Amino acid sequence: MLRLYDTELRSRLLLGTARYPSPSILTEAVKASGTQIVTVSLRRESGGERAGQGFWSIIRDLGAHVLPNTAGCHSVKEAVTTAHMGREVFGTSWVKLEVIGEDETLQPDVFGLVEAARILCKDGFEVFPYTTEDLIVAERLLEAGCRVLMPWGSPIGSGRGLNNLFGLKALRARFPEVPLVVDAGIGIPSHAAQALELGFDAVLINTAVSQARDPAGMAGAFAQAVAAGRAAYEAGPMEPRDLAVPSTPVIGKAFLG
Amino acid sequence: MRAIVLGAGVAGLACAVELAERGVVVQVLERGERLGAGCCSWFAGGMLAPWCERESAEPVVATLGAESLAWWPAKFPGTLLKGSLVVAHGRDAGELRQFARRTERYEWLDAQGIGALEPDLAGRFSQALYFREEGHLDPRAALAALAARLAALGAPVRFGAGAQASREALLAAQAAGGTLIDCRGLEARDALADLRGVKGEMLVVKLPDIRLSRPVRVLHPRVPVYIVPRGDGHYMIGATMIESDQPTRITARSMLELLGAAYALHPAFGEAEIVEIGTGVRPAFPDNLPQVRRVGGTVHVNGLYRHGFLLAPALARQAADEVLGAGHSPEVMHADSRQRRLA
Repeated sequence: MLRLYDTELRSRLLLGTARYPSPSILTEAVKASGTQIVTVSLRRESGGERAGQGFWSIIRDLGAHVLPNTAGCHSVKEAVTTAHMGREVFGTSWVKLEVIGEDETLQPDVFGLVEAARILCKDGFEVFPYTTEDLIVAERLLEAGCRVLMPWGSPIGSGRGLNNLFGLKALRARFPEVPLVVDAGIGIPSHAAQALELGFDAVLINTAVSQARDPAGMAGAFAQAVAAGRAAYEAGPMEPRDLAVPSTPVIGKAFLG
Repeated sequence: MRAIVLGAGVAGLACAVELAERGVVVQVLERGERLGAGCCSWFAGGMLAPWCERESAEPVVATLGAESLAWWPAKFPGTLLKGSLVVAHGRDAGELRQFARRTERYEWLDAQGIGALEPDLAGRFSQALYFREEGHLDPRAALAALAARLAALGAPVRFGAGAQASREALLAAQAAGGTLIDCRGLEARDALADLRGVKGEMLVVKLPDIRLSRPVRVLHPRVPVYIVPRGDGHYMIGATMIESDQPTRITARSMLELLGAAYALHPAFGEAEIVEIGTGVRPAFPDNLPQVRRVGGTVHVNGLYRHGFLLAPALARQAADEVLGAGHSPEVMHADSRQRRLA
């Protein structure tokens, strides 16, 4: 069972709610994914406080925990304000904290991220920071009070999968007790399976599902990949070797030459 | 037979024209003081692009939308059938391939083909999709043409008709056995609880330096934008999609994105005069598909979302069939979204 802050979860797939063809298709995708946590962007999806009521009530009706995010925020102040708005609108102390450093790659501004995390944790928020795989930043985020980390696989929406395997493995090895959720860059189910096989606790997917031709179909595929990846991790994968090793022993076989 | 149409946006006017032409005595009531006041049709792009819209819309949008390509030229001679062009900048080439995979009835153009269609875009893109059969119109001129047609049919639009006037007209119509056609868009939320608003922002610019003859869509992973020629050097640049029911003013970010995309299409847009900045709120149901829904004695035509001019002709036909008892159209009449999508 996955535990994020004090919530126990069966599903290890978190789903973003942006850019679906329609709210109905979003609802179908959420069902097909079996997800228990949906993220919602307050800044990008609505024209400001109270304006997106129609969409937000659809989000509330999805039957999953809502994780408001600060997508599109470029400064500490903006992210903190948006986090407060999320708490007010959805009545949750959870926030997926994004502080974007640069528009081309949507790379997190890790300095601003740590600062915003410190402010929000002090203010009683349970922060899910969107970060890189950098170990020192991870340490600072934990010091700030975060109890979950969300390292990127590759840049948001790029669909390139796990870009820095070495770095992600190092992060997993360094913080064995901290729930790690791979966020951003997952393009196809095999990427998600890989993250779970490596021991990451969960993945967060948005574009790969919302922009698929059939979002609900793709959500179902991701659910299976995540389950398979986790089962493989728990079953203890073999170590790769440099030489072939026959699965059937040759010694003792009849010599028929 | 009598009918009262509430709302003089594109849905209301199209329904009224369709009914009046079939011999129904029609009255159109509009709360705004003049054509376009307070209606999101006024800020529409006016693209008649059923096959391009397949990129993100359900098949039924293309099926119904195709009707508009015959309907509009018959009602509004200013309708242009010059196709539409879809381009992407070099590093977004994947977006163009994905668009092609999800749409139909296009042809691939190379740089030479693009230059032949739109000389001012020559040399700027190496490939494009060309949807030859699609069209576009100036939404404001088209609304005016429908209003004029209604006046000629003896059913002029009554502007400035508030709730009181509407109620009185409704009672009179009911007494005479008439039907109410509610085309109020988002205002009809008092009767249709599942309607929501999706805000759109647009610009009109003027630049005499270049000439585009047909709508151009510029694909981008985050900021897809279209540019629709309005004639006389005017171009509409649109449109954002924001989950919001407030027609608040445009944000700086949206303005930057719209103008940035236009400038990237052609640097001449950097010299354009900004003629107008507009925002409107589109009415949408949860599946973003339109409905013709009968509730008691009222027929609701709503949820046209970003497809007002594209879908109004087909919905007007269905609403008129419904009023006249001439048919049943499962593809939009059914309230269950999945069934409607598969229809």
